[in-house]
Amino acid sequence: MQRQVALIKQSLFDQGYLDEQFMELEELQDDANPNFVEEVATLYFKDSARLINNIDQALERGSFDFNRLDSYMHQFKGSSTSIGASKVKTECTMFREYCRAGNAEGCLRTFKQLKKEHATLRKKLEQYFQASKR
Amino acid sequence: MMNPSQGRGLGSGGGSSSGRKQGGEAVVEMFPSGLRVLVVDDDPTCLMILERMLRTCLYEVTKCNRAELALSLLRKNKHGFDIVISDVHMPDMDGFKLLEHVGLEMDLPVIMMSADDSKSVVLKGVTHGAVDYLIKPVRMEALKNIWQHVVRKRRSEWSVPEHSGSVEETGQQQQQQQRGPAVSGGGDDGVDDNASSVNEGNNWRSSSNNSRKRKEEEGDEQGDDDASNLKKPRVVWSVELHQQFVAAVNQLGVEKAVPKKILELMNVPGLTRENVASHLQKYRIYLRRLGGVSQHQGNLNNSFMTGQDASFGPLSSLNGFDLQALAVAGQLPAQSLAQLQAAGLGRPAAMISKSGLPVSSMVDERSIFSFDNSKPRFGDGIGHHHGQQQQTQQPQMNLLHGVPTGMEPRQLAGLQQLPVGNRMSIQQQIAAVRAGHNVQNSGMMMSLAGQQQVPFPRGGPQSSIRQPMLPNRITERSGFSGRSSVPESSRVLPTNYTNLATQHSSSAVAFNNFQQELPVNSFPLPSAPGLSVPPAQVRKPHSSSSYQEEVNSSEAGFTTPSYDMFSNRQNDWDLRSIAFEAHQDAESVAFSNSEAFSSSSMSRTNNNTTVAATDLGRNQQQTLPSMVPHHQVYGNGPNGGGGSSSVRVKSERDTAAMAFHEQYSNQEDLMSALLKQEGVAPVDTEFDFDAAYSIDDIPGLIGLKAD
Repeated sequence: MQRQVALIKQSLFDQGYLDEQFMELEELQDDANPNFVEEVATLYFKDSARLINNIDQALERGSFDFNRLDSYMHQFKGSSTSIGASKVKTECTMFREYCRAGNAEGCLRTFKQLKKEHATLRKKLEQYFQASKR
Repeated sequence: MMNPSQGRGLGSGGGSSSGRKQGGEAVVEMFPSGLRVLVVDDDPTCLMILERMLRTCLYEVTKCNRAELALSLLRKNKHGFDIVISDVHMPDMDGFKLLEHVGLEMDLPVIMMSADDSKSVVLKGVTHGAVDYLIKPVRMEALKNIWQHVVRKRRSEWSVPEHSGSVEETGQQQQQQQRGPAVSGGGDDGVDDNASSVNEGNNWRSSSNNSRKRKEEEGDEQGDDDASNLKKPRVVWSVELHQQFVAAVNQLGVEKAVPKKILELMNVPGLTRENVASHLQKYRIYLRRLGGVSQHQGNLNNSFMTGQDASFGPLSSLNGFDLQALAVAGQLPAQSLAQLQAAGLGRPAAMISKSGLPVSSMVDERSIFSFDNSKPRFGDGIGHHHGQQQQTQQPQMNLLHGVPTGMEPRQLAGLQQLPVGNRMSIQQQIAAVRAGHNVQNSGMMMSLAGQQQVPFPRGGPQSSIRQPMLPNRITERSGFSGRSSVPESSRVLPTNYTNLATQHSSSAVAFNNFQQELPVNSFPLPSAPGLSVPPAQVRKPHSSSSYQEEVNSSEAGFTTPSYDMFSNRQNDWDLRSIAFEAHQDAESVAFSNSEAFSSSSMSRTNNNTTVAATDLGRNQQQTLPSMVPHHQVYGNGPNGGGGSSSVRVKSERDTAAMAFHEQYSNQEDLMSALLKQEGVAPVDTEFDFDAAYSIDDIPGLIGLKAD
């Protein structure tokens, strides 16, 4: 199982889902805090789900309050960065660019992609944590 | 108070096992482990990660996801925390507002952090007085060393407020790391008249400290040993107290308000002059920031500022935009606005046009500030320097004269060309700053959410109006007349010297001067969040070199920030290659002179140069030739070709005055020599030992050594 864990992790890094920040988190994990990374990830996905929801609603409204959207995304980006969610972070950045440019369609497009990356990462991390526990 | 007695307090995170006592002082013994950190961030993920990281550093962590909650925590337990880390973007309160609150109310070091790494935001952090700015994702290494900010702050608290000091060696500066400027003391009441300027200067310079100066040397006869072991009890500036304070300040006039007089006017038993002085610093920074903080945003985008570090922005920002905003807000008489604008804009414009270095304008303001108070004093002290008097007598005129008419419009045009968005944001920022201040003040003083007119904001517009004027005046006085900027020289030397300086491109000089200032503070803006303080300092930046002090201290009247700055900076700058291409009107004479000086400054022991310097002051014409023999022109300075390139670069920018200053600050005997020549009896330099002191006086080390 160890090997599988390592493989999953490696692929996550290789495919760019995670970056070195994730490794920093892992270093924080020790015997006193054996599940730290998983706890953080759980918290992240919970919180980011909320943010995604907010953004979804804002976009659906169609009013495109770019400032607000940008502000949401800033939060999102912050937490994504903190756990090392690399691809998600990239999408966040792009989304904010579109916001600043006032490009509604770009925002919508990017956001869709972002949600996809987010979901993918979530699944992969779940796999990873499950494998680690076994 | 600081007793890092465990000997492992150097960021290693090594825990000391001494028992944890209650109270802030006690925790120091375990320093840095056990450092009590308050983390504020609305992002739970980040909060969790940070907490984990901080705990790994053996810090004591309190998490908080709301700024209001954090503030109430801090208020309830004023000495319960050593440092605050706060996110910039939070839903319930802007991180910068929190920063201001904490700085003013609790005077704790605050670290800002954000995923946003844009220069403007980082700059904002600096101007609001954050001791550091971390970019997310935050790494352990960044957190491991936050204890240094606590130490720094505490050290500065030990120093008596009226001490003026030189800024620490800039070499320690890191990116976005603010250094607590050291202030050489001048603590007795005799220096009180200078205290305001000293404080202002210190505040202004101490970007990293919230209106606190780090005490680097004991120039003060009060003795650092005593002070350094004392932690003065904090005065809580209640609403009434602050109102009294502001009333006293307004009565005296913001620029003229000195702690001693304020204290007398306030007539509050138990309030010490130091309390007043430190509060005054904060207040000034606050006022200044009211005027300046919104500016830099625009300036950053300003084409004028191309290539310039954002840190320069705020200085020039003080002028045009904010004044316009003020005028718009109806708080600034149109006339004053025009005047200020002209002066303010003119100066930066002039600087830019002359030297092509926008930085100079920025620096200009700072140096202006620092020069402001010292200048008059200098004039008093010297008396006969007509140049000096000239400057003082023609406050606005010089500046305006010096400003090419073409410049102003250009500057104005440039400013106006800012994208609407920028301007709007600036306006918004101004409003936000205002509002923020209002809120802050309300919160601070009344702990009410409601916005009330409190002295702060009331005094604000007026003060801010005044604040901008300071730089203008200072600029003029400091010898910008004719656009040559060698405030120091003008002050120290007879007018001849000034004239010499004027011969050279003022911008170059100014630029140089300013440049030199820059290293001292990583950011030129005052650190105190709530207050803007004209950076007038008497003793200014104190580098670890003792000569700095000597210069400062030996001349009660003389000591001017400019000197300090120059000496400090010059040393730092001289040896660095400065990227700017200063225009040179400077003749070879100036070149050689400056080179000679810079060389000598580099060597720091060049009596010949000193003599030449003094001669230079006397008679520029004569000195120039006299300089030549000592130092070869162009690349063959005393140090040989080695440092010549940098020297050359520097020379180009320097004027003889600059070099002079360098020399000036170099050595005590130089100073004495100069003073003798000047007809002023040399004063014993109190700062002689500063070099040694500053080197050794590192809190951690001290504690280590002591125990």
